[in-house]
Amino acid sequence: MSMIQISKRQKGTSKLADVLIRIGAIVLSLIFIGIVLAIMGYDPFKVFGKIIQTPFKRFKDVMNKTIMLTTLSLGIAIAFRMKFWNIGAEGQFYMGAFGAASMAFMCPDLPPILLLPLMAIAGFICGGLWALIPAVIKAKFGASETLVTLMMNYIAIAFISYLQYGPWKDPAALGAAKVPNFSENAVLPDVFGIHAGWIIMLVLVIIMTILLRYTKLGYQIDVIGESETTAKYAGMNTVKILVIAVLISGGLCGMAGFMQSSAVEKSITDSMSAGLGFTAVITAWLAKLKPPIIVVASFMFSILLQSGSSLQVMKIPSSITEIMQGVIIFFVLACEFFINYKISLRKHTAVKEAE
Amino acid sequence: MKKKLIAILLAATCALTAGLTGCSGNTATSGTDESKVVAGFVYIGKINDGGYTQAHDAGRLAVEAMGVKTYYVEDVPETVADTKEAIQTLIDEGCNLIYSNSFGFMEGTDQMAKEHPEVKFAHCSGYMREDNMSTYFGKVYQARYLAGIVAGMKTEKNYIGYVAAKGIPEVIRGINAFTLGVQSVNPDAKVEVVFTDTWYDPTVEKQAALELLNKGVDIIAQHQDTTAPQVAAEEKGAYCIGYNFPTADAAPKAYLTAACFDWKTFYTDDVQKAIDGTWTSRAYWEGLAANMTYLDKLTDLCAEGTQKKVDAAQKAIIDGTLEPFTGPLYDQEGNKKVDDGVKMTDDEIWNMNWFVKGVVGTIPA
Repeated sequence: MSMIQISKRQKGTSKLADVLIRIGAIVLSLIFIGIVLAIMGYDPFKVFGKIIQTPFKRFKDVMNKTIMLTTLSLGIAIAFRMKFWNIGAEGQFYMGAFGAASMAFMCPDLPPILLLPLMAIAGFICGGLWALIPAVIKAKFGASETLVTLMMNYIAIAFISYLQYGPWKDPAALGAAKVPNFSENAVLPDVFGIHAGWIIMLVLVIIMTILLRYTKLGYQIDVIGESETTAKYAGMNTVKILVIAVLISGGLCGMAGFMQSSAVEKSITDSMSAGLGFTAVITAWLAKLKPPIIVVASFMFSILLQSGSSLQVMKIPSSITEIMQGVIIFFVLACEFFINYKISLRKHTAVKEAE
Repeated sequence: MKKKLIAILLAATCALTAGLTGCSGNTATSGTDESKVVAGFVYIGKINDGGYTQAHDAGRLAVEAMGVKTYYVEDVPETVADTKEAIQTLIDEGCNLIYSNSFGFMEGTDQMAKEHPEVKFAHCSGYMREDNMSTYFGKVYQARYLAGIVAGMKTEKNYIGYVAAKGIPEVIRGINAFTLGVQSVNPDAKVEVVFTDTWYDPTVEKQAALELLNKGVDIIAQHQDTTAPQVAAEEKGAYCIGYNFPTADAAPKAYLTAACFDWKTFYTDDVQKAIDGTWTSRAYWEGLAANMTYLDKLTDLCAEGTQKKVDAAQKAIIDGTLEPFTGPLYDQEGNKKVDDGVKMTDDEIWNMNWFVKGVVGTIPA
């Protein structure tokens, strides 16, 4: 008789083992997807081929998604590092877009050099304040931020819906619920064919890398993440740090809202996030909350998302592409388990127990 | 350090798949013949949703039956970015005639129409048009008027429920036409409306229907894209009227009829015009007369004599002697909105944003 024993690895696996486990996970997920596709009657190689072509044929579209995912993931990462489970990126994104749109509608004739920074700042503040509400509720009443940030997403979306169907409805839209487009001055220009958000994204990645790795605040955030009690004993003002970190977290998500509404949507709608606020949780997590890797993970994930529509013209239902995305995430996350835990088969002979 | 590897591995996935496909060889590039029409469809839902998108896809299949190659992208989010991406995918596949089937695709479709003057576009239910971009929709309110007659004949409590998606003119005009249909045979009946704020969400739609059923309505009508309200009606022993697509098998013990679109009427006509070289940008809005919309055949559950009344009204709408939106029309407070004998114009009907007398409920936002 043998039994399976699961124990936490003391020293962690060797680097080589890590690499092998992770490659193994991805290869397994591809094989698994291949089998599913073959059973469904599709040629797996053709499907993989289509996915691989995506970043080359659709660089611009992939980048648009990457910019949004990266910025959202950066916001999520700083909160997650201090174990503040902010899954309200979606709502903070919409409030950021709201802030930016407010500026765009209030002063449409301001020159872009003034208007765009104004929109960015408004987006950052609105997103940040929206994230601050659950932080305050947590600090004051100890309410779970996971729940509160999640629920506040729906409030934010409902608020945008209200604007879209109510006060901001375009009178020229013949009764249809559509917010008017921004003036030209409020639209982020293209730089090298891709909207200027990519520059903002790179700057944000650099700032966040420095902030998290080399500043006192970054260090304090990590300490709180490890143990809030330790942080308190060390004399840190944990509430103040929480407030600053959450403001930055929500602010970054709000920046994503500003960029998407200004550069891509050129207006604001209650469906403009397409759920990426939740997807960003996955990319932040896959990247282990490290800013530079977030860019790579977001880019890879954007390819996966983007390939969805290309696959459909091969008559592959959208459900299958969703399953593919799910399988890859499942395998990649599951392999973390094998890296952190040891599974051993042990002969059950050493101790004789009374049955 | 080791944590960086995930990223590297994601890259490795790419490289690996690239290698694999390298072996798989030739990707068929079909020679694009300029004169040949290839039609692409951008769908809001899935092609087997049993509702809105499935009804459109039946139209696409009719186009295929004409010998025209078609492609589609389903389940596209209503953002400018996603709309443009889906359309770009179709253009890459060689499509030169593109249909997008939901209001939220309007802006993205319009931008693509401007960027691709060589491609023809048609957008469903919107108002933006370009030289190479039409709009199209069906006067389903006419079929709803007929459905109202069916409900008005059947209801015993004179109390009918209506599960509605959003407070926009498209939905409001349907509710009004339905209510006028009900009142044409049953002046005392009331129609109570619940808005769900979603086009497609079986759980929410069912919940809304149950709310109405618990209040005592004995028939459920809907402006929703799933059959959930119909299932709810059957569970509560009430009756239902579907939308988009005949769905008698979803609730066989409750289903009376449905107000339906026959999208192939437009799609085959439009594709034929493109083939003939007579395609021009237009605003297509047709109803019962063109068979663009129709009432599903009545089931045995309908009240006696219903068929006769429906047939008479249908004939009158088709020959133009009956326009449901003809005065006198009163709003919910009883104010006269349309004078006796005055027919509302297409524009007024298109933009309707008030409920007629007999509708219970308020338009959100």
